[in-house]
Amino acid sequence: MDQFLQILINGIQLGSVYVLIALGYTMVYGVLRLINFAHSDVFMVGSFVGFYACGWLKVTAQKTVFAGLVQLLPVLLIAMAACVLLGLVIERFAYRPLRRAPRLTALITAIGVSLFIEGAAQLPFVFGVNPKFYPEILPSGPDSTIQAGGITISKHQLVMVVVSAILVAVLWYIVQKTKMGKAMRAVSHDFDAAGLMGIPTDNVIAFTFSIGAALAAAGGVLFGGLTFKSLLPLMGVQMGLKAFVAAVVGGIGSIPGAMLGGLLMGISESFIKGAPHIKFGATDFDPSRWTDAVAFLILILVLLIRPAGLLGKNTPEKV
Amino acid sequence: MNNTVRVGWMSALAVATLVSIGVGGCKAPKDGGAAGETSTKATQNLDVKAIKVGEFSSMTGETATFGQESDAGIQYALAEINGAGGIEVAGKKYPVTVELQDDQSKPEEAKTVAVKFASDADIVAVLGEVASSRSKTAAPEYQRAGIPMISPSSTNPDVTKVGDYIFRVCFIDPFQGYIMAKFAKDELKLSNVAVLRDPSQDYSVGLADAFIKEFTAMGGKIATDVSYKASDSDFRSQLGQVKTANADGVFIPGYYGEVGTIARQAREIGIKAPLMGGDGWDSSELVKGAGGPGGALEGSYFSTHYSASETSKRVQDFVAAYKKAKGKEPAALVAQGYDAMMILADAIKRAGSLERAKIRQALADTKDYDAVTGRITLDENRNANKSGVVVQIKGDKFVYTKTIEPKN
Repeated sequence: MDQFLQILINGIQLGSVYVLIALGYTMVYGVLRLINFAHSDVFMVGSFVGFYACGWLKVTAQKTVFAGLVQLLPVLLIAMAACVLLGLVIERFAYRPLRRAPRLTALITAIGVSLFIEGAAQLPFVFGVNPKFYPEILPSGPDSTIQAGGITISKHQLVMVVVSAILVAVLWYIVQKTKMGKAMRAVSHDFDAAGLMGIPTDNVIAFTFSIGAALAAAGGVLFGGLTFKSLLPLMGVQMGLKAFVAAVVGGIGSIPGAMLGGLLMGISESFIKGAPHIKFGATDFDPSRWTDAVAFLILILVLLIRPAGLLGKNTPEKV
Repeated sequence: MNNTVRVGWMSALAVATLVSIGVGGCKAPKDGGAAGETSTKATQNLDVKAIKVGEFSSMTGETATFGQESDAGIQYALAEINGAGGIEVAGKKYPVTVELQDDQSKPEEAKTVAVKFASDADIVAVLGEVASSRSKTAAPEYQRAGIPMISPSSTNPDVTKVGDYIFRVCFIDPFQGYIMAKFAKDELKLSNVAVLRDPSQDYSVGLADAFIKEFTAMGGKIATDVSYKASDSDFRSQLGQVKTANADGVFIPGYYGEVGTIARQAREIGIKAPLMGGDGWDSSELVKGAGGPGGALEGSYFSTHYSASETSKRVQDFVAAYKKAKGKEPAALVAQGYDAMMILADAIKRAGSLERAKIRQALADTKDYDAVTGRITLDENRNANKSGVVVQIKGDKFVYTKTIEPKN
């Protein structure tokens, strides 16, 4: 039981990063019907900007979690601001000129933008190719864990989940309670009609891109700063792919769907990794080798049973 | 047609495309080419002013420090060779040039570079790669073209099995597994060791299997054997199994990029057992990833080819000379890159010809060559038969602990 809960907690923590990235995919798809492949690279850039911000702000190891959070906040804000800018630039120069072009053109452009960012990031005067590591934003080590029965929860994991939850709550508020949110929902419902009703669709789309980029940047900082993971210019590929699958599983275009999909991906991945070996006589089956296979198996099953995703709306084609 | 159905299929298609981009290059080469196959040998241009050597290396990407260090060693050897006027072949001195191509730490790029080098009539031999997966993917092209390839540090046994033109100047994983198993059993007195491996890396799988085989043969027990993926961020679920299994040591045959992360998460969930690894840890970046000097990897051990703190004269002479020229200590991969270039130069000199087939023969005949990383004899499988060392991580230094001799 302890092990079960432990794996569940790990899965929620992993899923929270997927959720932050998946939201960006899903929102852009919602308003533009475009899969923004460059989104995973925005996540990467966010993580790197956060790393450099740690340097500028002279982040050092702190004694208490509170002191750690105080230094985490400006790092998060700087990374989010930088990525909002990046998101706007991508939207303005890569996607806006193609607003009336066939959808495939925009999709190919998205892949091109993604490759461009990845390539540029590898240049020695941009981020370079050597792995980089965040300094200790929060105190780490065995003292920074909470023991509850047989379960170990690190405060890093806790902070990650809580910060993600706060960001998602803010997003929910923006989408449901503000005028801009209403405009976003209208554009997502019917792009042309929204334009005819006097909604400035270009602004709404730019706004959607910036929110998505900000969430991805936050995900990047949490990922780099709190999982101790090395930063590499290609780190977005893997995370982006998983998050994209999460968005599709949840129902691309649906915000609650992205959250559900992200958590589902994180938890299932965690359970597969933590599963003990299965022995059939002489053959020894190690489930931890099959994490990605299971992720895509879930995707295939969901698409077969509910083609629109778990929470996606099954809208009939408009003529 | 229902719009959302189409969306679903498009998404699935997009995912499938991405996946194939991501993992496409990892297939094991099937076209190994039997030893001695000569039918498709490329033609060589022997009328040259300089000896041209190809080098393919991971200058960028996930294991960039490996490629860069290896290249530094090759360049250092090159400067030494050309400083002495080049290599003397049949009474005439030729300068040496190295053409470097980056494979971005990707097997498919290594293959592309190999195709390019294989069609270059001026190249006499090729140096590379560090990682076994990349060496293995590129090797069949060189074998087919009949160009000798020397890997400075790919340790997976399958690499040189590709054919008789493929050599390496380092030991292979069965021996490396033996080094760490012996050290764990005899020096650390461990009896119940957990293994964490990355099944997408030939290196990791080969070394994990070798360690398990040797360690159980010595009477040790494997507590658990779990898998991870280098690009993952969360290893706590696997480490939870290691903890539950009460392992008294953890063997992680991975690369430096992920090992620090794993170590920190292991310490965080309360695993206090010593951590052990192989030469994939041997990078100046390793300790940074573990939270800096004194961090999660403090006191851990790994096996490697050479240590700059070895006391033997050949190592100390090399370290002193390199330090004087470059201002820093040569990492193990620098020494191996250096050895690969020097052994090639030695073979060209002994061959007395620039013909690839003759250089291949001379390489195969390499015996008791006094290299920096040890006395090297290339055996009948074109692998170096040499000793290995175990080092301990103290601060940001890798301190020489023990030399383990070949089994026989």
